[in-house]
Amino acid sequence: MSQDRVNDFVIKLANVNGTGSASANSLLMRSIFRMGVPVSGKNFFPSNIQGLPTWYEIRVNEKGRLARSGNVDVMVAMNAQTYLQDLHEVTPGGVLLYDSTWPRDKLLSRPDVTILGVPLARMCNEHFANARTRVLMKNMAYVGALTALLDIEREVVEELVRETFARKPAAIDANLQALDLGFRYAREHFDCPLPTRVERRNLTAGKIMIDGNTATALGCVYAGATVGAWYPITPSTSVMDAFKSFCERFRVDPETGERRYCVIQAEDELAAIGIVLGATWNGARAFTPTSGPGLSLMQEFLGFAYFTELPAVVIDVQRVGPSTGMPTRTQQADILAAAYASHGDTRHVLLFPADPRECFELTVTAFDLADRLQTPVIVMSDLDLGMNDWMCDELTWDDGYRPDRGKVLGAEELEQAKSFFRYLDVDGDGIPYRTYPGVHPKGSYFVRGSGHNKYGLYTENARDYQELVDRLLEKWRTAARLVPAPVVRTHPEADGLGIVAVGSSDPAVVEAIERLAEEGIHVDYCRIRAFPFGEEVERFLETHERVLVVEQNRDAQLKSLLTLETRCPKERLEPVLSYGGLPIDCNGIVDAVKRVRLAGVAA
Amino acid sequence: MTSIAKPKILHKGLRRNGLGLTMRDYEGGMSTLCAGCGHDSVTAAIVQAFFELDIPPHRAAKVSGIGCSSKTPAYFLGASHGFNAVHGRMPSIATGASAANRELYIIGVSGDGDSLSIGLGQFAHAVRRNLNMLYIIENNGVYGLTKGQFSASADIGAKAKKGEENRQPPIDPVQMALALGGTFVARSFSGDKEQLVPLIKAGLLHKGFALIDVLSPCVTFNDHEASTKSYAYTRTHRSTAVEADFVPARAAIQTSYAEGEIVDVELHDGSRVRLRKVSKDYDPGNRGAALDYIRSRHRAGEIVTGLLYIDESEPHFHVMNGTTQTPLASLSYESLCPGSAALEALQRRFR
Ligand SMILES: Cc1ncc(C[n+]2csc(CCOP(=O)(O)OP(=O)(O)O)c2C)c(N)n1
Ligand code: SF4
Ligand SMILES: [Mg+2]
Repeated sequence: MSQDRVNDFVIKLANVNGTGSASANSLLMRSIFRMGVPVSGKNFFPSNIQGLPTWYEIRVNEKGRLARSGNVDVMVAMNAQTYLQDLHEVTPGGVLLYDSTWPRDKLLSRPDVTILGVPLARMCNEHFANARTRVLMKNMAYVGALTALLDIEREVVEELVRETFARKPAAIDANLQALDLGFRYAREHFDCPLPTRVERRNLTAGKIMIDGNTATALGCVYAGATVGAWYPITPSTSVMDAFKSFCERFRVDPETGERRYCVIQAEDELAAIGIVLGATWNGARAFTPTSGPGLSLMQEFLGFAYFTELPAVVIDVQRVGPSTGMPTRTQQADILAAAYASHGDTRHVLLFPADPRECFELTVTAFDLADRLQTPVIVMSDLDLGMNDWMCDELTWDDGYRPDRGKVLGAEELEQAKSFFRYLDVDGDGIPYRTYPGVHPKGSYFVRGSGHNKYGLYTENARDYQELVDRLLEKWRTAARLVPAPVVRTHPEADGLGIVAVGSSDPAVVEAIERLAEEGIHVDYCRIRAFPFGEEVERFLETHERVLVVEQNRDAQLKSLLTLETRCPKERLEPVLSYGGLPIDCNGIVDAVKRVRLAGVAA
Repeated sequence: MTSIAKPKILHKGLRRNGLGLTMRDYEGGMSTLCAGCGHDSVTAAIVQAFFELDIPPHRAAKVSGIGCSSKTPAYFLGASHGFNAVHGRMPSIATGASAANRELYIIGVSGDGDSLSIGLGQFAHAVRRNLNMLYIIENNGVYGLTKGQFSASADIGAKAKKGEENRQPPIDPVQMALALGGTFVARSFSGDKEQLVPLIKAGLLHKGFALIDVLSPCVTFNDHEASTKSYAYTRTHRSTAVEADFVPARAAIQTSYAEGEIVDVELHDGSRVRLRKVSKDYDPGNRGAALDYIRSRHRAGEIVTGLLYIDESEPHFHVMNGTTQTPLASLSYESLCPGSAALEALQRRFR
């Protein structure tokens, strides 16, 4: 505790679900962000509405290392039920703050942890009349105590309170009072600030704190999607919630109240993807957000869309499987199920965003690719990325952007055309031309999941069928050229060792690389952003003797996909796995790199 | 969906409709169903109805699931877009299609297996949504395409061709649609074109979900003696509650019918359905009574046909969703994208 820990520590808040802690915790995090110090907030919540334990972890790190750290420097233990476990988790030398309204057993302490008691309940009970307010304000009271202890600028917190409750003046007063209660108590009873504290910096300019699902929803709005179909499922639900609220803001005619969008809560995910296909068949941009169980239900229609060549954008916010798994925990375990969704020879384009800004950008890309390639595109987000607040660069938009609707023949082109056949490879890139219903008599064709030839007619003829599915393979090769390239980061001193990862593993990988570099160990890094993998991924694999594949699932699914879909021999790939449901931290990656290097030396 | 192109033989003096098209322009490929299959008669009725309504073929969208019945969209409206979905999931395709383009005439063809077993959920929800489409179930009591297994519409005591008896109660799509708030509910028989064609026309122009359950015998697997979905059984056990005539918008109103027996219902485009009550005590505007009547007649071994319920006042899918009059798929991108300034402004709350 003697050691100064300025702008580099973790606060963990242990709460009871349903007690209103979420907004206080997020306010605490944002205050630090507004002091110019990089921060991230991760919510570990139960699959429950009220009563079960829930934790919120705030990592403060001025180097911008924002993956889960695995340490806890300041624990706010507000849940008696989990107190022992919470105490146990504190890193030696850390601090634990608890509600001292009720006396705590001597046994419930640790000599290597500074225990600070604040009578939060008592103070709030004395100060507030209403029972619910008393419960809620305990949260702001501990924020007040932390403000004093961690040297957070009080004005910043107060300003955020005013902004957050701008529409509820009564709530502003109550929250400011509670803040003051905690703040004054800490000032009066403890040595403030602690050595663990925040100091203003200027490291968050041009950054925002946003969750991936909100950014994804913005991507859908900006891509011009008009039809959204879904069946509620954690952790994807907030994608549609956000889409709806943005549409209410931007897509409702102020005079007539008419909506330029249609959100359909379907009866299940089979229907949700069906609705998407019915809409894209007719030329609308349409999407469905879902998670593992929903993706499983969509299989038949995904294969149908692949074979009939209809665009679709599916947002898979992955959670822990198999089966219902742990709905409120994170994983990257749908990679194989998504890549090969459905029976028969099918392959789907996947995109892997690694932060909210990429959720926004790659969602727009997903719509363009789906239209260009006339096939489903699955955006592989996950719970950590989708539901937690991440710091990322501000979203920007090029007003010159126009959607790439791909090869669509309109009324005039059809009028002039001698004939139209849906599945002819006119341009030699494997992508045929399509038409929308209702546009022109010459454009009519039949969408059928049964065998069809290049003219769109039913067939059971071996040669015609093969010709068609071979052309789909040609289209797949085109896809490999069109999808976003990986982000490759190399170091001149890296000696043939590389890391490959996707999506939300990125901050942990980057932190591992930086920490290894501090020890003089250098590794290259290829962050894959799409499947099919494409030449740049091949080249990275080819030019590295040993490649660690970092991913958040048990079965090394990304590694399997790499061995199946690239030229890389599988011996070259070494899995680094994290699959307990908590976001990956850098420790396992650092260890794995060291292990592999040692083995390399020994060999 | 096998089909063989029909030879184009132009008959002299072929009747032309208001668009100058002949009936042939509304036909599709040659049917490959069994000779005598009820579904082919439904196909013929659909062709006639679209022809007589002067609907431009490319403005119609045909959707279906999987089954012999679901193959039939290949046999009518060859110049229309078609969508042969996966088994039981046509209603979701129709929902998306309607959401994207509200100006389409959507006609769905399904079977009793497609709609009442694997697709029961989607069928029910399409009714609830009051989706603007005509939904025809070609009901034969069996799965024709997979060779004659009982479907969920088979009656208790009905026997399969090989003698096996069905003991589970049937699901009646008409009663279901009534219970679920369906706004246009009809039943007919593939062998009665006089009844079927006006129903199809009215159903196409109805704003909302129009269901026609068409008894359509499977000659190959369910036309034998102990079947309750055979031609013979249907003919002898059918009773008609209400006959519907279709009166186009441009026709003059006739008032020669006796009062009390005739009800005119106006459709959104000004055309009318003229309901002729065959059964005196039947009221096609009373949902509860309609259900009771159909149930009690069913208990007595009768199959009630006709336009059994109609309500033009309920809001359809787009009204409920408040969607703009312009089809969503036709909106300009500029009217959909809020632009960079809005993006900049809305990010204030993320700072
Ligand atoms: C998912 C799925 N399961 C099973 C089938 C096989 N199958 C094809 S048609 C059919 C039944 C069709 O019955 P119905 O809808 O009554 O049509 P009919 O042939 O009687 O007109 C079945 C079970 C299928 N195509 N897809
Ligand atoms: S099997 Fe039955 S339903 Fe199918 S085509 Fe033949 S008669 Fe019709
Ligand atoms: Mg059937």
